[in-house]
Amino acid sequence: MLDINNIYKTFNPGTVNEKRALNGVNLHLAEGDFVTVIGSNGAGKSTVLNAIAGVWSVDSGSILIDGKDVTALPEHKRARYLGRVFQDPMTGTAATMQIQENLALAKRRGSRRTLRPGITKAEQEEYRELLRTLDLGLEDRMTAKVGLLSGGQRQALTLLMATLQQPKLLLLDEHTAALDPKTAEKVLDTTEAIINKYHLTAFMVTHNMKDAIAHGNRLIMMNEGKIIFDAAGEEKKKLTMRDLLDKFAEISGSSIQSDKVLLA
Amino acid sequence: MSGFISALPGAASQGLIWGIMAIGVYITFKILDLADLTVDGSFCTGGATFVVLFGSGVPVPAALLAAFGVGVLAGLVTGLLHTFCGIPAILAGILTQLGLWSVNLAIMGMKANVAINVIDPKNLDKLWVSLRFVQDVASGKRPFFRHPIVVVGLVTVGVIFILYWFFGTELGSSLRATGANPHMARAQGINTDVTIVLGLMISNGLVAMSGALLAQFQSFADSSMGKGAIVIGLAAVIIGEALFSRIFRNFALKLLAVSLGAVIYYVVIQAVISLSNINANYLKLISAAIVAIFLSVPYWKEKYFTKARKEAKADA
Repeated sequence: MLDINNIYKTFNPGTVNEKRALNGVNLHLAEGDFVTVIGSNGAGKSTVLNAIAGVWSVDSGSILIDGKDVTALPEHKRARYLGRVFQDPMTGTAATMQIQENLALAKRRGSRRTLRPGITKAEQEEYRELLRTLDLGLEDRMTAKVGLLSGGQRQALTLLMATLQQPKLLLLDEHTAALDPKTAEKVLDTTEAIINKYHLTAFMVTHNMKDAIAHGNRLIMMNEGKIIFDAAGEEKKKLTMRDLLDKFAEISGSSIQSDKVLLA
Repeated sequence: MSGFISALPGAASQGLIWGIMAIGVYITFKILDLADLTVDGSFCTGGATFVVLFGSGVPVPAALLAAFGVGVLAGLVTGLLHTFCGIPAILAGILTQLGLWSVNLAIMGMKANVAINVIDPKNLDKLWVSLRFVQDVASGKRPFFRHPIVVVGLVTVGVIFILYWFFGTELGSSLRATGANPHMARAQGINTDVTIVLGLMISNGLVAMSGALLAQFQSFADSSMGKGAIVIGLAAVIIGEALFSRIFRNFALKLLAVSLGAVIYYVVIQAVISLSNINANYLKLISAAIVAIFLSVPYWKEKYFTKARKEAKADA
């Protein structure tokens, strides 16, 4: 479903701020794979995700989604294949627009936007039913502005938007990091439920090792722009937190600056 | 005082005309969240195009449409400078505005102003709006529906109706999403470059049409007629919002509030001129000061007058 072939990316090349963010990343995901991605700050987790989403173009290498080479496609053209949920709850939704308007925008991802109505009566019913599944009471507030919602509610709504048109690949960029623990857990449960419901292929960046172990069928660890550890199937199921910490110490030598970053 | 009262219908008419321009400014400033300075140039481009075309015998509706068209082109230029060439929006607008100065003069045959021949009654009758019609309606020489307030009012209602429909469509919604959150818009497959350019085109089309109406109203186009247009537009948007935001929640009514904001602005300016001895040359300074203050108020409110700050100060 996803093929990343040897991608490189350097930010601010030739300046004092030069940062080699991706250093030859290779990754292949089969249909239905749910991979969790961990690594310390600056390891390149979110950078890989942004490379897939097309936020900027990579320096070299190629990215294929469902066999189609998207390396040269701009962000908005890749959107037809991708569902995205961001770290900042503000990023995934339009605050000044209504809940139902946000959903209607997501419903049209991948199709041409014409002079037909932006939202129809039939859609409203569909959205009401979908919102009910979130169990947040949003189905009764469809015309409320999204800016009035809490962070958790916004992330849940963004999840719904990301999967309204079933994506080839769901990209989750530390989407529970900005939430309180209880809300984070709820949003993560919703995420799991939606992924299972549609059998989605998903790529979840997280800073939380426990979550990375608990979810998905595959786990990768990144360091200095490279994938340094990759566990799937039974191996992934047996992983413990201690394993991961040892793994990290072993592969990266003395470069663990702070356990706090890993255990956060 | 009587001078002010007798000037009121004229000022209100002119305010309504500027209101159409202000609705254009609303599209960029409020919906796209972008300050577009093209309007100072495209306003005159519309006026110049109209006067020249009308002078060569083109019917009023066609000349107005042409004015709208050149405004759309001006918006396209700014839009491409911003999106395709990566120039910051404000600078892109300033560049287009500067270039339009020459273009406007060229349209008017390298003259600073061109008049519409309103001495010829047949020519005058063809116009949709004119300051002369204000007196003519008052004296009973023309029917009431020829009054500029009625005509421009109808045009405004038409513009609001079309925009209300448009911003409810899929395409219009994608424009609103672009202004509200460009990251989200792109993640939902919206080409934000296209929507920004489209918004600038619609906005400047309206601005140029407003310029064409003003040229008709005052029966001439002048190369400096658009100077400060952006400030008047912002003033109208801000006044409309300040006075009507609590009662006007619907999008169409918000646009109406902008138009009314322009009328109020013009009537107040008229009052200042009539009731005081201020030299009219100070008007731009006063306008700039008023808009600066209005733009500062929300910031000050947030920064100095929130409850927590006040309490903290009381504790200290």
